[in-house]
Amino acid sequence: MSDVIISVKDLTKRFGDFTAVNRITFDVERGEIFGFLGANGAGKTTAMRMLCGLSYPTSGSGTVAGYDVMREGEMIKRHIGYMSQRFSLYNDLTVWENIRLFAGIYGLSKSETESRATELLRRLNFTSERDTLVGALPLGWKQKLSFAVATIHRPEVVFLDEPTGGVDPITRRQFWEMIYEAADSGTTIFVTTHYMDEAEYCTRVSIMVDGEVRALDTPARLKEQFVAESMDEVFRILARGAKRGE
Amino acid sequence: MRQLLILIQKEFIQIFRNPLLPKLILIFPVMVMLVMPWVTTMDVRNVGVAIIDDDCSTLSYRIKSDIRAAEYFTINDEPNTHEEALRLLEDSKIDIILLIPDDFERNITSVSPKKLDISANAVNATKGSLGSQYLVQTIASTMSKYMSEQGRSHLSDFVVIQNRYNPTLNYRNLMIPALMIMLVILICGFLSSVNIVSEKENGTIEQINVTPIGKFTFVLAKLIPFWLIGLFVVTVAMIVAWLVYDLVPVGSLGNIYFATILFILCFSGFGVTIANISDNIQQTMFMMFFFIVIFILLSGLLTPISSMPDWAQKFTMLLPPRYYIDIMRSVYLKGAVFMELWHNFAALGVFVIIFNLLATITYKKQV
Amino acid sequence: MKNNFLSFVKKESLHILRDVRTMMIVLLIPVVLMILFGFAISTEVNNLDVAVVAPNRTESVRQTVDRLSRNPYFTLIDYIDNNDIDKVLRSGKANVVVLFDEDYDKLLAQRSEGIDTKPAVQFIFDASNTNLAQTGAIYLQNAIATEHSQQEMLNMHLLYNPQMKSAYNFVPGIMGLIFILICAMMTSISIVREKEVGTMEVLLVSPVRPIKIILAKMIPYFVISCINLVTILLIARYLLYIPLDGVWGGVIVMSIVYLLLSLALGLFISTVSSSQVVALLVSAMVLLLPMMMLSGMLFPLENLPMILKPLPNIVPARWYIDAIRKLMIMGLPLSAVMKELIILVIMAFVLMGISLKNFKDKLE
Repeated sequence: MSDVIISVKDLTKRFGDFTAVNRITFDVERGEIFGFLGANGAGKTTAMRMLCGLSYPTSGSGTVAGYDVMREGEMIKRHIGYMSQRFSLYNDLTVWENIRLFAGIYGLSKSETESRATELLRRLNFTSERDTLVGALPLGWKQKLSFAVATIHRPEVVFLDEPTGGVDPITRRQFWEMIYEAADSGTTIFVTTHYMDEAEYCTRVSIMVDGEVRALDTPARLKEQFVAESMDEVFRILARGAKRGE
Repeated sequence: MRQLLILIQKEFIQIFRNPLLPKLILIFPVMVMLVMPWVTTMDVRNVGVAIIDDDCSTLSYRIKSDIRAAEYFTINDEPNTHEEALRLLEDSKIDIILLIPDDFERNITSVSPKKLDISANAVNATKGSLGSQYLVQTIASTMSKYMSEQGRSHLSDFVVIQNRYNPTLNYRNLMIPALMIMLVILICGFLSSVNIVSEKENGTIEQINVTPIGKFTFVLAKLIPFWLIGLFVVTVAMIVAWLVYDLVPVGSLGNIYFATILFILCFSGFGVTIANISDNIQQTMFMMFFFIVIFILLSGLLTPISSMPDWAQKFTMLLPPRYYIDIMRSVYLKGAVFMELWHNFAALGVFVIIFNLLATITYKKQV
Repeated sequence: MKNNFLSFVKKESLHILRDVRTMMIVLLIPVVLMILFGFAISTEVNNLDVAVVAPNRTESVRQTVDRLSRNPYFTLIDYIDNNDIDKVLRSGKANVVVLFDEDYDKLLAQRSEGIDTKPAVQFIFDASNTNLAQTGAIYLQNAIATEHSQQEMLNMHLLYNPQMKSAYNFVPGIMGLIFILICAMMTSISIVREKEVGTMEVLLVSPVRPIKIILAKMIPYFVISCINLVTILLIARYLLYIPLDGVWGGVIVMSIVYLLLSLALGLFISTVSSSQVVALLVSAMVLLLPMMMLSGMLFPLENLPMILKPLPNIVPARWYIDAIRKLMIMGLPLSAVMKELIILVIMAFVLMGISLKNFKDKLE
C-alpha cells in the first residue's frame, strides 16, 4: 500500500532576506515513522510549522492528509496532532483537566473523552497522577503526557518537534515505545530529533542542512550511501558543510 | 458549543487556581469603594484664610465672624501685614489672604467704594479657585444682608436655586459611578490582556493554534469569563455603595447592567487586541497602561469633559468610557431611561463591534 | 570585578535596546501624556449649557436671555416647555434650566420700587455634577443680576498661577504618576522575568555578588527614566510654558531621588511577587489608583476622614508632587522642600533595604 499522506514540493519560507526553508521536496507515506533530522537552526521547526498550518509558506506547495497547506490550514488541523519543542500544556491545570480540554477542543464527546482518557492514563501508568497539576510533574512525564494529548483524537499524522529533548534515556525508550504503538495503529509519525540513535528507529529519515533536504532514505540505505557505520556518522558528513551554526 | 464551554471552564479553573486573582477580584473593588469615595471630593474644606483687617469696623467684624462660622474655612494665623501673610502663603500654612481696606465700611455707599482684596494660592487649582469662590459667596451673603438692612435692594432672594438629583451637592455621589467604571477598566482591561499574552509567553497558545478551534470561539472563551467578572465587580461595588454610602441607583438596574455588559465586551475586546499585537507581557502592560491612563483621565470620570478645550472634547468621542460614564451617572443619579440615553448605548455598541472584530482579526492562528 | 559589573550593565542595556517596541512605548508615553493632560485636563467650569423656560417671552426676559447667550460661559440650548425640564436635565442636554416667573416684568418693576417680592427667577441645576452646579450658580447669578454684582466689590488675585492654567496643576501630578509607574513596572518585570525564565539562577551562580546584579539591572532603567525626565521638563518649559528658570536644579535633584525611590519600589515588588503577571498586576493596577487618587494630584487631601488621614502619607507621589509644585510653580528654592526630600530619601532607603534583604533571604 503506497499511500502518500504528506506531499511537499519546493516548499520555501523566507523571513526578510533570510531563507529558513529552501525549496524542500519530499513525500511521507501513511504509517511511516518519518525522521526529520538537522542541526539546530537548519529549518526543521519552520518546515514543520508550515505543515501544521501554523505558518504560511512563502512559495511552493504541499498537502497534509489531502489538504493544502496554503489554503486549508484549518482542515489540516482537524487531522493532525502536534507536540511542540517547548512543553505547552497548561501547567496550572491538572493532568485530567488538560486531557479533557484538548479532547473537548477536538470535538470528542463526553463519553468518548472519558473512556479514552481513562485508557490513556492507565497505559501511561498515570492513573494516580490524574489530579496532579501538570506543572508539578517531572519533565519526562510531561513529555509523555504531551504526546498522549497530541494523539487523543486519533489523528492521521502526529508531528513531534524534538519530543525527547532533555529527557533521561529510560523515559526516551518508553517514549519511543509509545511512538511505535501509535505507528502500529496506523498513525503516521513525523518526528524531528537530534539524537542520532533515535534516527535508527525511523522508517525513513531526511536530513536538513541550511534549509535544504540533503538526504532522504531509510537509515540502512543512507549508511550504505555515505559508507558510514552509524547515522551519527552520516549526519556528521552532511553537517560538515553547514554554514549556519548555533 | 461544547468546545466553547470547555474552553470557558478551563479559563475559570485557571483564574480560581491563581493565588492572586480571586483575591484581587474580590478585595480590590471592596477596598477601592471603601477608601476612594472619601478622597474623590472637590468639596474643599479647611481652606486656610488669613484676614488682614485694616478697617476694624462693624462690617469688617461681621465679615470676619461669618467667615469663621462657615464650615469651609479655618482661621489660625492672624498676620498683621500683607508681607507676613504672603510668607504664610508661601509656606502653605494658609491658602487665601483677605484684605479689608481701611474705611471700607464708610465708603461702601459712595460712588466708588473701596474693594476687598482676595489673594489665593492657585497652585492647587481646586483649593485655590473653589476656596476663593466659597469666600466670595460667604462675603456676598454677608454684604447682601448688610445692604438690605441698610434699605438697599439685594440679589439673593431674587433668584432661587434648586439643585436637582443631588440636593446636598455631595461630590461623592458623582464620583461613585466613576469609581465603578475605573474598577471595570482596570480589572477587565489588565486581566484580559495579561491572560492572553501569558499564554503566548508560555507557548500554550501554540498548542491551541494547531487545533481546529475557531478563532472566534477562542476569543469568545477568553472574553466571557471577564465579562462575568466585570459584572461581579460592578455588583460588589454597588452593594458597597448602598451599604456604606447609602447610594442606590435612581434609574433601573437593567440599564446599568446592560451598559456594563456592553462596556466590558468592548473593553476586553480592546485588551485582547492589545495582547494580540504585542510580543511579551511587558509590552502589553505598557500599552494597556498608556491607554488606561488616557481613558481614566480624559473620559470625564474625574474632570468634566465640558471643561476641556474643543479639540480635546472631540477626542473624547473616541473613548468608550465616556459613553459608559454618561449612562452610569444619568441612571444612577438622575434616573434617566433608555430612550434618553440610546445614543450612548449605540456608541458603546459600535465600539463593541469594532474592538471585537479587531480582536478576532489580530488573533492569527497561522502566520 | 569592576569589569564584571560593567559587562552586566551592558548585557541589561542590550536586552532593553533590543526590544524596540517596548523602548518606544516607554519613551513615548510621557510625551503623549504630558501633552494631552497639559492641555486637556481642567477642573475649571467654563461652559454651562442653559435651557430657558419663559411662559411670557417679554422684552426684558429676552434681553436677559440675550445677555446670557452672549456670555462665553454659557451656551444657550433653547427655550423649552415647563414639562420638559426634567427630561432636558436627565438626558444631559442642559446643565441648568433658567425658569422665569410668569410675572417676571411685574416682579422686576416692584423690586425696583423697593417692594419685597417672591423670587422672579429660578435656577434648576443638574446637581449630579456637583462642581458644575456650584460654580455655575455663582456665574449665573452674576450674569442675571442687573444690580451691582458682588464681584465688583472685590479684587481677586490668584497667586503663582494667575491664569489658573490647569497645566500648572497637573504637570507635577503627571510627573509623579509617570515616573513611579514606569520605573516600578520596568524594574519589577525585568527581574521577575529572569526569575521565571530561569536565567536569574545562571546569573546568581556567577561570581558577581547578587547586589551588583540587581544594581546592574537598575542602571539602564535609571538612564531611561532620566531621559524621560529630560523630555518631560522640556515639554513643561517649552510647550506648556511653565517657568522653570532658576529651579531646574531643585526639580532635577528632587526627581532623581524620586526615580531612585521608584526603582526601589519596583525591586520591592519583584521580590514579593511570584510571577510576571503578579508583578505587573501589582505595579500597574494596584498602584495606579492610589497614585492617582491619594497623591493630591486631582483631589485635595484635606477632606479625608480622620481614620484615613495617614493613608496618603505613605504614597511617595504625594510628597513628590507637593515638592514639585512648590519648586516649579511657586518658584521656591530647594531648601523649602527639605522635608519632602528627606521623607523621600528615607522611603527610598527603607524600600531598598527591605527588598535587598528579601532578595537575599530568597537566595539562601
